[in-house]
Amino acid sequence: MSVNRLPSSGRINRDVPIRLRFNGTYYLGYEGDTLASALLANDIHLVARSMKYARPRGIMTAGPEEPNAIMQINVSNRSEPNPKATETYLHPGLIAASVNAWPSLRYDARRLSGIAQRLMSAGFYYKTMFGSSTLWQKVFEPIIRRSAGLGKAPSDPDPDVYDHMHRHVDLMVVGAGPAGLAAARDAALSGARVALVDALPEFGGSLLSQNRTIDKISGMDWVSGVTSELETCDTALLLPNTTAIGYFDQNYIIAIERRLDHKGEASTPANVRERLWHIRADKVILATGSHERPLVFSDNDRPGIMLAGAVQSYVNRFAVLPGKSAILFANNDAAYEAALDFKKAGGDLVAVIDPRQEPQGPLVEELFATGTRLLSGHVVTATLGVNRFKGVNAAPWNGHAITGKEERFEADILMMSGGWSPAVHLFSQASGKLRYDAEICAFVPDIYGQKECSVIGAANGDFSLNEALRAGSRESIKAATAYGKPTRKTARRYAVEEPDTGVSEACWQVPAQNPADQGKLKQFVDFQNDTTAADIALAKREGFDSVEHMKRYTLSGFGTDQGKTGNINALAILARQTASSIEETGTTTFRPPYTPVSFGAVAGRFVGPLTDPVRTTPMHEAHVKAGALFENVGQWNRPWYYARAGEDMDAAVRRECKAVRKGVGMLDVSTLGKIDIQGPDAREFINRLYTNSVTNLKPGNCRYGIMCGEDGMVLDDGVITCLDDTHFVTTTTTAGAAHVLSHMEDYLETEWPDLKVYCTSITEEWATIAINGPKARDVMERLNADEDWSAKAFPFLTHKEVQIGGVMARIFRISFTGELAYEINIPARYGLALWSHVANVGQEWDITPYGTEAMHILRAEKGYILVGQDTDGSQTPQDLGLNWIVSTNKPDFIGMRSHARPDTVRSDRKQLVGLMTESPEFVLEEGAQIVENPDAPTPIPMVGHVTSSYWSEHLGHSIALALIQGGLGRKGEQLHSFSLGNWHKVTIVDPIFYDIEGAHRDG
Amino acid sequence: MRFSFASLAHNAMTYHQDWPRQWRSPTPKNHYDVIIIGGGGHGLATAYYLAKNHGVRKVAVLEKGWIGGGNTGRNTTIVRSNYLWDDAAHLYEKSLQLYEGLSKDLNYNIMLSQRGVLNLAHSLQDVRDTKRRVNANKLNGIDAEWLDAEAVRAFCPIIRTDKKARYPVLGASLQKRAGTARHDAVAWGYARAADMRGVDIIQNCEVTGITRQGDRVTGVETNRGTITAHKIGICTAGHSSVLAEMAGFAVPITSHPLQAMVSEPIKPVLDTVVMSNAVHVYVSQSDKGELVLGAGIDAYQSYAQRGSFHVVELQISALLELFPIFSRLKLMRMWGGIVDTTPDACPIISTTPVKNLYLNAGWGTGGFKAIPGSGFVFAHTIANEAPHALNAAFTLDRFSTGHLIDEHGAAGVAH
Amino acid sequence: MLKIKCPYCGDRDETEFSYGGEAHIERPDSPSEVSDEAWGAYLFGRPNKKGLMRERWFHVHGCRRWFNLLRDTSNHTIIGSYTALEKPSIAELKKESRKGGAK
Repeated sequence: MSVNRLPSSGRINRDVPIRLRFNGTYYLGYEGDTLASALLANDIHLVARSMKYARPRGIMTAGPEEPNAIMQINVSNRSEPNPKATETYLHPGLIAASVNAWPSLRYDARRLSGIAQRLMSAGFYYKTMFGSSTLWQKVFEPIIRRSAGLGKAPSDPDPDVYDHMHRHVDLMVVGAGPAGLAAARDAALSGARVALVDALPEFGGSLLSQNRTIDKISGMDWVSGVTSELETCDTALLLPNTTAIGYFDQNYIIAIERRLDHKGEASTPANVRERLWHIRADKVILATGSHERPLVFSDNDRPGIMLAGAVQSYVNRFAVLPGKSAILFANNDAAYEAALDFKKAGGDLVAVIDPRQEPQGPLVEELFATGTRLLSGHVVTATLGVNRFKGVNAAPWNGHAITGKEERFEADILMMSGGWSPAVHLFSQASGKLRYDAEICAFVPDIYGQKECSVIGAANGDFSLNEALRAGSRESIKAATAYGKPTRKTARRYAVEEPDTGVSEACWQVPAQNPADQGKLKQFVDFQNDTTAADIALAKREGFDSVEHMKRYTLSGFGTDQGKTGNINALAILARQTASSIEETGTTTFRPPYTPVSFGAVAGRFVGPLTDPVRTTPMHEAHVKAGALFENVGQWNRPWYYARAGEDMDAAVRRECKAVRKGVGMLDVSTLGKIDIQGPDAREFINRLYTNSVTNLKPGNCRYGIMCGEDGMVLDDGVITCLDDTHFVTTTTTAGAAHVLSHMEDYLETEWPDLKVYCTSITEEWATIAINGPKARDVMERLNADEDWSAKAFPFLTHKEVQIGGVMARIFRISFTGELAYEINIPARYGLALWSHVANVGQEWDITPYGTEAMHILRAEKGYILVGQDTDGSQTPQDLGLNWIVSTNKPDFIGMRSHARPDTVRSDRKQLVGLMTESPEFVLEEGAQIVENPDAPTPIPMVGHVTSSYWSEHLGHSIALALIQGGLGRKGEQLHSFSLGNWHKVTIVDPIFYDIEGAHRDG
Repeated sequence: MRFSFASLAHNAMTYHQDWPRQWRSPTPKNHYDVIIIGGGGHGLATAYYLAKNHGVRKVAVLEKGWIGGGNTGRNTTIVRSNYLWDDAAHLYEKSLQLYEGLSKDLNYNIMLSQRGVLNLAHSLQDVRDTKRRVNANKLNGIDAEWLDAEAVRAFCPIIRTDKKARYPVLGASLQKRAGTARHDAVAWGYARAADMRGVDIIQNCEVTGITRQGDRVTGVETNRGTITAHKIGICTAGHSSVLAEMAGFAVPITSHPLQAMVSEPIKPVLDTVVMSNAVHVYVSQSDKGELVLGAGIDAYQSYAQRGSFHVVELQISALLELFPIFSRLKLMRMWGGIVDTTPDACPIISTTPVKNLYLNAGWGTGGFKAIPGSGFVFAHTIANEAPHALNAAFTLDRFSTGHLIDEHGAAGVAH
Repeated sequence: MLKIKCPYCGDRDETEFSYGGEAHIERPDSPSEVSDEAWGAYLFGRPNKKGLMRERWFHVHGCRRWFNLLRDTSNHTIIGSYTALEKPSIAELKKESRKGGAK
């Protein structure tokens, strides 16, 4: 058995020994051990080097407040930086290493000489002035960066899986110590939905570490009883290994459940590593306990100096005596109990040093009776040992100054306690306000920030077990009453045996022997960031006297423990420095999370392909088979081009364009938004929504339309089709669909509720294939030979319902290529079948599927705009040369008023034009800037930019669209384009490059 | 006492007992030439340049809490000037240039780290927009480069650049002169330097009213009494509307939560700043080793300095899409600030309907990087009672004429 | 994650809704007749109140109805909600909220 392991007792499973590796050496522990308890059982105290001064550090606490024992855990490919040894449970295969120890823990090369340490006062880097910024950035900053940081990031992606869980409950209880168990009990028994979470693997909280009797049975037997009772309640959600990390508005609590790490298991999609719980509660009870404070005295950081309560935990919960002999330095009676437990377990209690002049109470009496030397009115003035604590010097004081001679005591460990601070983190996160309670020297909850919340037990500053249980039962019954079925009316009376813990006295800082003693002896406040009491004094001296300034200047409270042990000491020391009260000084803001939480858990399943859901059309399978490469458009995957064997993108796109211009092509346009607008006022509504008028749009006719925002800028475009007088269908851009529908509904419901109109998205209901090209009519004839597809019978911009393959389809004579075109809409479930069918019947004309790239070229040849590419939210329809589509007869439409603002009527606004390059084969870069005089001095004024630019195989030269200042009036003018260092001469031309008369389109 | 290695070594000998206050704690005078309301970076910088560049003698900065405690102390410390539109680009470039000399100018190491800023492009439209911005930057004399996906991988190998990503990286812009600076140091450095030039920095002094005589401002009511002033400048990001209302005019601003967070500190792993608009997150690693990240604003209006957790979840999901190796790192601390947004995502640095009252507001999520430039032009505006050429476009009346600058219209990532 | 009460569906998480900014900003009846300043004020002028504010929400992943919420922007306390076409007084909404109680 390990040297410090007690022969019996504790909550460890001696039947399951576990071997662990720490810094290359193997040690033995048991199931139920933390890494910290197992190391202490093996008498390992030195586990870390501090960040700034590289001082040797040991395990100080037994929980999430641990500032020193930060590890790098390596389990196969699941490396994890920075878990605390006090929260890491033993499992087979555990490999742990100290961070920041180079070359080894015992001999750290970074250990600085006294002089260099002296330079490194709080905020010293602000005072370091470098002659050149290169010296700072190339030399010193990298040095600072390398020495900072704790563990290392893994080098591979995380193999583990995480889940998000969601629950609504009547009562949420945080903390399953005695108070929390009592708080969950009566509500759960009444049938209310209760969630109870606790960070530890087993319930019990303080009862795991303190020997108590409740209702005549041992505390832990009582815990087992209540837990079993709760387990019988179907509506109770019991979550051990789960830490509530955030308390947000309207009683919304986020908690992290660790499910596998403590077992050393790998996750699978069905057995996830961690779950992030999202719990909305009608009532919240916080029973989060309290944290013990260290005392601030010279060299209070040696390995072996531990919090008294932590030693009590190691003794009682883990059956570990962290040393053979101990000294207690404490200002409160609760710590005496810890020392007595140490002694009862067989430890040698060498002396008790108590800063209180006259400690009294049953625990003091009990200790006195053991014959232990009690030095009241004394403080520790120095500690001995380097890599391991050896002893202390103690001297009498009067509460302010040392008044007598030092005396030396030697022991293996020092148990220290400066009192207990309620864990008010969650309460404060949820905008609760604190008040300072001088009696217990701590901040306690005062004004609640959320409705239906109670803080009970130690978290509320009530350290009595009896009081905690009473409060738990009382609040539980309140919750049950709100739920409606309380099983009892009055709070339970639990019979509790507990020692009276008397009165503690504040001891915020032990005087240093020399007031200017900032050299070798250091009084640590924040152990992880190496912040000392002298740093706080310096901060005050330099004017950082607000608590937030002090925190930022000294970095106190910025570590991975988030100042759980040090913050109150820091602000108390600042209060003394500024001669103000602790209450006036106040606390810094408590920020979520309460303990660090893995990014993986926060992201849950929303990683990889589910970062954002992918939308595909019914024809997707056919595109994949045909070798399509896809482009992301909004959430959609759209075929970009279909590469045949041996083709690069250019060749494929040229082939696709040619097919459309010379033969026939087919394009999947199912992604375009489709909105069904019905109602007696549909026509009026559309008139108000779009810039043009549909007053005379007859049933069966289509019209291109533009809509603007109230600011007059183009929002979206599409085709409006009148099915009948009260029924219209409009299309939107692929990316704009959802927004346009919301926009419509907004106006209908809030501005014009008198209009009788309903809008419905039918994007997903219809699959759409656009058949484009001179041979399109041949294909249509083959699809339905009974129908008259001639231009006369079915002219451009009209609509018909026609049977295709036995299914009623909506056919639109609209074209985005400038060719003869038919768009077939068919119920989505037939989309794939129709695609194959069209491909089959079109074989005769070599019908060619084409993608978005070819579509973009074909439409650009016609000068058709793409909203989002040729516009960026700062163009009016007039800027785009679309005056013809802006009605001047309507009294109003959305955006109309803005078209008359002084800035929108300027003639030198950026306007859409075509560009021809000086050398016809040169293709401008999209995003190129246009300049009048390339020889102008920097900054060179820009007059516009290229929005679309392509090689046009059909025309035999490149084409481009651009937005140019006053462009509409500058046709023929020569300008210069600039992109990524390349200049090229361009000439402004009309944006329509192909078939200006529209003969092809009209077919 | 000047800061230098020599003075640091000298003071180390006396255990740092002799360092003076970095700025005084004066009692407010009855009257000042100029009062700046708001002791954040912008207010302190304005006061500094009023004293330094314009010789204004009696300047006070009134701060309701502690200086640098608003957005100055809550941002993700990114500095860059690669803005699309000329007006914004010139102003931010001025700011970056001032940042480059700021440690020396203020005699305070603001820890400027020009480690470069990558703005990733994830769609073909992102590529167009990014190139458009790179080209505009180059012509405006602002350093900018376009990197294709291969070059992104070479520059920052830990970014996920494979094609199977949900939104693969297609390229990026890189501004090498951009980077980060220590946010607190910027506030404290300006405070110390302004104080040395006689500026009164008055903390715990909350303005509760703005007094006027006719259409002219005369002073402020505070929790420490009435203080009169010849001119007043408002630099109260997060509360611009509240202050404007006190003065009797309205501003086109809405205030929203913006959340940011840090991971636990780790050894150096990311040596640049990475921003992505499509996969919405921006991240850098602080000198302390923490990953510092932020994203977009919460949708709703708020003055509560906190937002909703699902916004953080989206942000971290985006982080892991770009950096799958960060999944096992831990979120250590998160917080919120209040950002004042304008309809065109550009600030207002302007005269107001009230004579001698000036407004510096509406920086949205882009305020920190603008601090030196903003202070420089705002001081000019107050001293000369007319805008500097660099802020002439950022008027309050552009919202009536429609002459917006519209930085968010195109590729403008405003963080 | 605010808990928002849709007047049609009841309490739901914020993620089901989208935000529509301040409520009761009146669109001029005849926009063509108002001045540039008045139109600018309609487009962009927002009281941006610190404290109780009436705001628009859209139950986008629910009933797709727009409604209004009375919320305190300084601390996120929600007083109550009402349909887009109503404008109950703050006192009425507070009374309603008390009546509703905890459940």
